Amino acid sequence: MTDPTTTCDEHGPSPVLENRPVIVEVRNVNKAYLRGSHIIPVLQEINFDIREGEFLALMGPSGSGKSTLLNLIAGIDKVDSGTIVIGGVDITALDETELAHWRATNVGFIFQFYNLIPVLTAFENVELPLQLTGLTRSERREHVEMALRVVNLSHRMDHYPSQLSGGEQQRVAIARAVVTDPAILVADEPTGDLDRASAKEIMSLMCRLCRESSKTIIMVTHDPKAAEAAQVIRNLDKGSLNNAHP
Amino acid sequence: MRTLKLIIRNAFRHKLRTGLTLLGITIAILAFGMLRTMVSAWYAGVEASSANRLVIRNSISLIFPLPMAYKDKIRQVNGVNLISWGNWFGGVYIEEKNFFPNFAVEPKSYLALYPEYVIPDVQRTTFINDRKGAVAGKKTADKFGWKVGDTITLKGTIFPGNWEFTIRGIYKGKDRSVDETQLFFHWDYLNETMRKTAPLRADQVGFYMIGITNPNLAGEVSTTIDRTFKNSLAETLTETEKAFQMSFVSMTEAILIAIQFVSIVIIVIIMAVVANTMAMTARERIGEYAVFKTLGFGGWFIAALIFGESLFISLLGTVIGIGLTFPVAAAFADYLGTYFPIFFVELQTVYLDIAAGILVGLVAALFPTWRAVNIRIADGLRRIG
Repeated sequence: MTDPTTTCDEHGPSPVLENRPVIVEVRNVNKAYLRGSHIIPVLQEINFDIREGEFLALMGPSGSGKSTLLNLIAGIDKVDSGTIVIGGVDITALDETELAHWRATNVGFIFQFYNLIPVLTAFENVELPLQLTGLTRSERREHVEMALRVVNLSHRMDHYPSQLSGGEQQRVAIARAVVTDPAILVADEPTGDLDRASAKEIMSLMCRLCRESSKTIIMVTHDPKAAEAAQVIRNLDKGSLNNAHP
Repeated sequence: MRTLKLIIRNAFRHKLRTGLTLLGITIAILAFGMLRTMVSAWYAGVEASSANRLVIRNSISLIFPLPMAYKDKIRQVNGVNLISWGNWFGGVYIEEKNFFPNFAVEPKSYLALYPEYVIPDVQRTTFINDRKGAVAGKKTADKFGWKVGDTITLKGTIFPGNWEFTIRGIYKGKDRSVDETQLFFHWDYLNETMRKTAPLRADQVGFYMIGITNPNLAGEVSTTIDRTFKNSLAETLTETEKAFQMSFVSMTEAILIAIQFVSIVIIVIIMAVVANTMAMTARERIGEYAVFKTLGFGGWFIAALIFGESLFISLLGTVIGIGLTFPVAAAFADYLGTYFPIFFVELQTVYLDIAAGILVGLVAALFPTWRAVNIRIADGLRRIG
């Protein structure tokens, strides 16, 4: 079902995705919102797979349901019907507590507005997801330092978000997303609040994570330039998934 | 876990708002503490009462006297082991504003009935042996600079004239609950003077104070004494010292109820203020709470953050408020010592302050926590940007 493209080229040759196992299976997913007395369908009969290590871009106009689909895959929203199986786990069957635990272990989140906690330093922000693990303080420090090294921000670990540029904040957010070594990274408009140079830097970093660490990345974006970095681009329109195209 | 650090940093994110909220809590706790202390001061006489002491007065009113002749009959009542008597003298020192409680009493028995008035033996003996001697409480002696051996003159208001006394002793209370503002002198001195100047007022006492062998006999002894003098010209009303003191308090009960009501209103108002602060805080941070939930933190963590911050702010304000209550109460006691001779912050008031602070913190966090915990992550994330 996937359609590999030849993006992220500057980071090395594209992997052959067909040989990789499917990590995300989306089947017959429907989602609607209630606005007053009106039921507004957002997603209708969505079916697709994502393979391990795939970098997928979800595109579409505003209100097309791409963020909703991302939220459903990331386990922060519930489907009305259908199933989403990720790594063999049907996350639509999990309750809130199980889902929270599953998210903490399997998914890294990158948001448009970085969503760093302003009263915590870069180090402390990256350390947050590790608070839910059984790691010791020194182990946590080791992991955080490594994650900050990956995003090239070791020298700014004691800075607060307000002391960092937008691009730096997003890199801290990426470090926070990868610090627990999740299989999947979900990114909602990761470059939407950045200038062109910072956006390029972030996309380059995400490509590197996909290729070097075999992370499966699902990115929602409006930006065709950013989408170019993805191996697969899928378009959503009025709640339906159009054919994939490179 | 860095939760505590996060709570403290969050509490000071909006310094002005937190500062104003803290100021509000501090003033509220200070006002609450002062009002509770005032209520305690009002009840000080009641609290200091002994279960072994009974007061006998004229059943019509305290202003009507009882004959001195009752003394022997009262002493013979079963259960009575000590009897003393006295009159409210109502004298002032130099001028009206220098008012303090002063009594003409039978010195030996009176001091025996009140072991809480601590007075050196030498001073006690000198006082008992000097018919013009007086014993003053330490606070009053300090206030007017009296020392043992000084001669002072009180201007009588109920018993006219200038009354000269020699200070023979200065008593201290055995603890803080004992009134150290009173002055006692010999009832005989008063009575002898009355015999000369107003014979109709001689040989009469304002009250009898008796000691009983067993507090359980209070009811029986009271009934016996009152029955003894029934249908006489001066019927008696015998009651425990506590009930006697309570009768004074009950005269101003409406004021006390009003003070207690106001103290509760203050707490309710500050509860609303802190609740408002926490509601604003939680509303502003809904996006952050959604991020925490996204990362896998559960509702308990969000609840801990909000309750922690609310309790931190309210308890910090409470601690500052309690800290200020002591010097303010001391200044108040200095300034209005005449009206509130026993005015100090009781430990119970501090506990009430702390309880009020905790209650304010908990109640203020309830609604914001419920809202933050129950909001859908996707809705919360939508608030960012």
